[in-house]
Amino acid sequence: MTKNTSKIPVALITGTRNGIGKYLAEYYVKQGLHVVGCSRCAIDYEFDNYSHFQLDISNESSVKDMFSEIRKKYNRLDILINNAGIASHNYALLTSINEVKKIINTNFVGTFLCSREAVKLMKNNKYGRIVNISSVHVPFATPGTSMYGASKASIEQFSRVFAKEVYQFGITINLLSLSVVKNSGMAGNLSEDRTSELLNKTISKTQIEYENISHAIDFLVSEESKMITNQNLFLGGV
Amino acid sequence: MIDKIYTSIYKAIDEVNIQLSKNEQLSKDPDTILYGDSSVLDSLGLINIIVAVEQNIADDFEKIIILADERAMSQNESPFKTVKSLVEYIQVIMDD
Repeated sequence: MTKNTSKIPVALITGTRNGIGKYLAEYYVKQGLHVVGCSRCAIDYEFDNYSHFQLDISNESSVKDMFSEIRKKYNRLDILINNAGIASHNYALLTSINEVKKIINTNFVGTFLCSREAVKLMKNNKYGRIVNISSVHVPFATPGTSMYGASKASIEQFSRVFAKEVYQFGITINLLSLSVVKNSGMAGNLSEDRTSELLNKTISKTQIEYENISHAIDFLVSEESKMITNQNLFLGGV
Repeated sequence: MIDKIYTSIYKAIDEVNIQLSKNEQLSKDPDTILYGDSSVLDSLGLINIIVAVEQNIADDFEKIIILADERAMSQNESPFKTVKSLVEYIQVIMDD
């Protein structure tokens, strides 16, 4: 079957129900891209050139189905932003095994599945940009973030290795590590004291704005950034 | 169904052959070796053909399959060894 390939670049952003993901979906639609988003729950908005999948990104067959649809519709994928994730702040001694599985499944397994399937599609055009979201909790090793930090550290190690495996296909993989993002779900879950404590460890000591994130991602996903791979960009500085 | 699976795999061979040198071209034959010491494919070539076959099966059968899973890896004889063994393995997956 010969497929028509969309002339307009296509971006897939995971976790677009609200917060950073929703902002990025709207931002890249405004940049003229076709944007595909996904989330576990239904969304309450629509954008032109935006299509949404409701799925669990740790479910392999659901993820494969989504990529099959993207391939049928556009026959290309230029950008993947693995934004979906759940925040968790709990001491290890009080963390249940179910909580561990939930965090690892969404944060790490979801990122792995989407990255693997994205590369299969991207390699056909010998071009792709993948950005995985990590956290300053990895280098800071903040008490109460053992599982969340472990899930993000897993993403980092996976990204480092996978970046080497896929560079030959014209695909770059980079990490964007965030601290406290203004108006995000994570910021809402943190007390004022914890927010100040975390921000004081960063160089900027200020909350990250959505615009800072899109600016950084623009750099990482630009065509000119073909030599920028296997990097971890810490917004606000650590 | 078997003939159609062969067609999907042969299309994948055509796609992969574009990237291979003249001396390394894969034959569209059931006995063509895809995996192992006697194969002309390196690990990257094997990845390329597996991905192409998955995509062709999705197009030709409207069915999403995952070729490289625990079941494939745990077989005594790799299902990726030859075109014929791959066809047989895909048939098993499709019948599930």
